[in-house]
Amino acid sequence: MSAQIELTAMDVLMVRLFDAIDEANMGWIVAADRALRDAFGAELIDLVPSYTTLMLHYDALRVSHDEAIGRIRRVLERLEPADTELGQCHEVPVWYDLSVGPELTRVAERAGIAVDEVVRRHCGRDYYVFALGFAPGYSFMGLVEEGLATPRLKTPRRRVAAGSVGVADRQTAIYPLTSPGGWNILGRTAFPLFEHARRGEPLLRPGDRVRFKSISREEFVQQGGDTTALESAS
Amino acid sequence: MSSVQGALRVVQAGPLALVVDDGRFGVRHLGVTQGGAADWFSFRWANWLLGNALDAAALEIAIGGGLELEAEADSTLALMGADLGAHLDDRALKPGATFTIRAGQRLVFRQPRNGLRAYLAVPGGLAAPLVLGSRSATPREQLGGLHGDGRTLQVGDTLTWQGRAATTGRRLPFDPAISMTLSGNWLALVPGAQIGHFSGASLSQAFNLPWRVDDRADRMGVRLLGPQLHCELGGMISEGIPLGAVQVPPDGQPIVLLNDRQTIGGYPRLGALTPLAAARLAQCLPGQEVRLVATAREHALRTHRRCLAAFL
Repeated sequence: MSAQIELTAMDVLMVRLFDAIDEANMGWIVAADRALRDAFGAELIDLVPSYTTLMLHYDALRVSHDEAIGRIRRVLERLEPADTELGQCHEVPVWYDLSVGPELTRVAERAGIAVDEVVRRHCGRDYYVFALGFAPGYSFMGLVEEGLATPRLKTPRRRVAAGSVGVADRQTAIYPLTSPGGWNILGRTAFPLFEHARRGEPLLRPGDRVRFKSISREEFVQQGGDTTALESAS
Repeated sequence: MSSVQGALRVVQAGPLALVVDDGRFGVRHLGVTQGGAADWFSFRWANWLLGNALDAAALEIAIGGGLELEAEADSTLALMGADLGAHLDDRALKPGATFTIRAGQRLVFRQPRNGLRAYLAVPGGLAAPLVLGSRSATPREQLGGLHGDGRTLQVGDTLTWQGRAATTGRRLPFDPAISMTLSGNWLALVPGAQIGHFSGASLSQAFNLPWRVDDRADRMGVRLLGPQLHCELGGMISEGIPLGAVQVPPDGQPIVLLNDRQTIGGYPRLGALTPLAAARLAQCLPGQEVRLVATAREHALRTHRRCLAAFL
């Protein structure tokens, strides 16, 4: 790991730890997140971890640029990766169905496999939560096995229903609330991501792991899921 | 229980009127955007005029477009920021001052004459629930605002407040019309680490040629039209995006990211506008010309401190 500290805005620094997305980054990112929060305390305005970076917005009226860089350097010198096995493991129930997951066929055709096999494989491994962003509670997860990797839709949908589970390249995610989006939608979950995020207590955090579980329409409805078909119009 | 001291009933909703304060902080890692007053400078002066806390919740009115409010009690309010053709019944109201509204009188906002966003401050700040530490409405995220669900102002809503009108006798130490007129021309940008990946010709053009504000402009971001910029970095791995970030997608036309921006994104950036420049861009109408001027971080911070000191 060769870290760089980059000027990003008047009062924002980017701590760049890696050059590529890798599951092995997560322990370092999680550890750096904790240590930087401790090092800045109340002088931290926001800290945004992502796949390879942490963006640090500090209170420039109280901490000088040089002091901020000094604190970050000291954190990085002592950094040890966190044990990501300690991250929480979540089972997320998904109703995989063409009515709410119209790209099941697109992913199946690209992979040359049956729709059932897409579902089996999407549920077949643990995904790391790499980053939260885009919308409250929206979690970027991966890595999806290469065979299922499918590029984003050429024209994003104007409306993707809350709870939609999608794939883009080797990433997978859940839409916490209805929003525009261009991911390949495979199914829907009643997992209450948004409700928790709006209280400041996200269900999924970077470093956590997620395993999807295929459920029936009945189970989905029992869990409070909305079975309204996803508009296929873009 | 504190009691309501004043109220404004929404008779007609304009296209975009929002409850705002300073915005949400300490929550960006949850994927929650900043929100808050897009022109924080005018917003704060609006509160200052009434003697409020500078971050008290106020109404941000974009465009105007027929927003009509009726007073249910006599009140002293403050108007600041853009001149949106505000009228109190038939009397024209200029921004940059306090005014008295009587029960039954109507306050209407017609169309932009100078600037894009006006701020209406009320004694003590608007009543609205705190959601993740802020009252700011962000419609896309369904957070904040009058009902806590991010909605823009709707007919039937009533704005209320619990503060008592104070006669501060305060006058702005500058002419708000001039601050709006100047707003578009120069936008100070602190160059970021990725600036070296843009071609020399692109950098020369970026800082020497005018940019035109596109009509694709909202609280998330403002597209600038002008020379096509080239960056050797293609798509990047998504990372945090600061306020005012000037990102350049593959079409070479920059997008300046404002208060309701996505928290992370993957386009290379020239740098980020200073907070004051971001506020000024938020007052620019589509078609307006702006110029980018590189500024050192130290200088940006000195200017920012001077701006904040003016409120003391």
